[in-house]
Amino acid sequence: MVKFLMASSALAAAGLLGMRSAIAAVWNKTGFESKTTAEALKTLGVSGATVSREIQITAPEIAENGAQVPVTVTSKIPNTQSISIVVDKNPFPLSCTFEFSNGAESYISTRLKMGQTSNVIALIKADGKFFTAAKEIKVTIGGCGG
Amino acid sequence: MAEPMKIRAKMEGDAADVKVLMSHPMETGQRKNEKGELVPVHFIQSVIATHNGKTVLDIQWSQSIARNPFLGFRVKGAKAGDKVTISWTDTTGDKSSIDTTVAA
Repeated sequence: MVKFLMASSALAAAGLLGMRSAIAAVWNKTGFESKTTAEALKTLGVSGATVSREIQITAPEIAENGAQVPVTVTSKIPNTQSISIVVDKNPFPLSCTFEFSNGAESYISTRLKMGQTSNVIALIKADGKFFTAAKEIKVTIGGCGG
Repeated sequence: MAEPMKIRAKMEGDAADVKVLMSHPMETGQRKNEKGELVPVHFIQSVIATHNGKTVLDIQWSQSIARNPFLGFRVKGAKAGDKVTISWTDTTGDKSSIDTTVAA
């Protein structure tokens, strides 16, 4: 009887874990509402990230339209768990976080809004440690209001 | 109701290259309409990508993702015929999803 109970609770736990993978991570409200890069990084649990050449940020040097800035980030750091992108001079710098699992390559491509010329910072979490790289993108026409 | 998404998944080497175009205004809450009134904030917050039912990408976005968001990613070990699904949820609780099979 005890064995049966243990087995069924183990199954229930496995079921719950299985379900959990289908539910999105809790949206990082505090991080996305932070008004400075430093505050936003704190909410991601970052205390000092190592600058890495294993991170590649592909984006135009000059973006004519700040409303549509194509940005691609590739991490060659082993065991990359997530990529976050921060646009330092945006009103809310933290832009997005991508968490990888089950064979997803540590590569993402998206388009950002940029209010003005700014450093775009990629933040990689790998084996629980943080790595970073930055690239300045010059913006001719801002894309936040208008 | 959300407009449909566009999705394409194609094998490139040993990985499936997936490209998605979503249809969404991604309002920042800072833009004014013709009457000079602020348009309320309204954007996609969460996107989940799955490969044959398993989550491969768990994404959180802010309003700084461009209007009609583009997403590109790659799934290693995928094969032609595999199923890729994208689902998003926005700040009003609206949802949309689409799936496709990986082309050779």
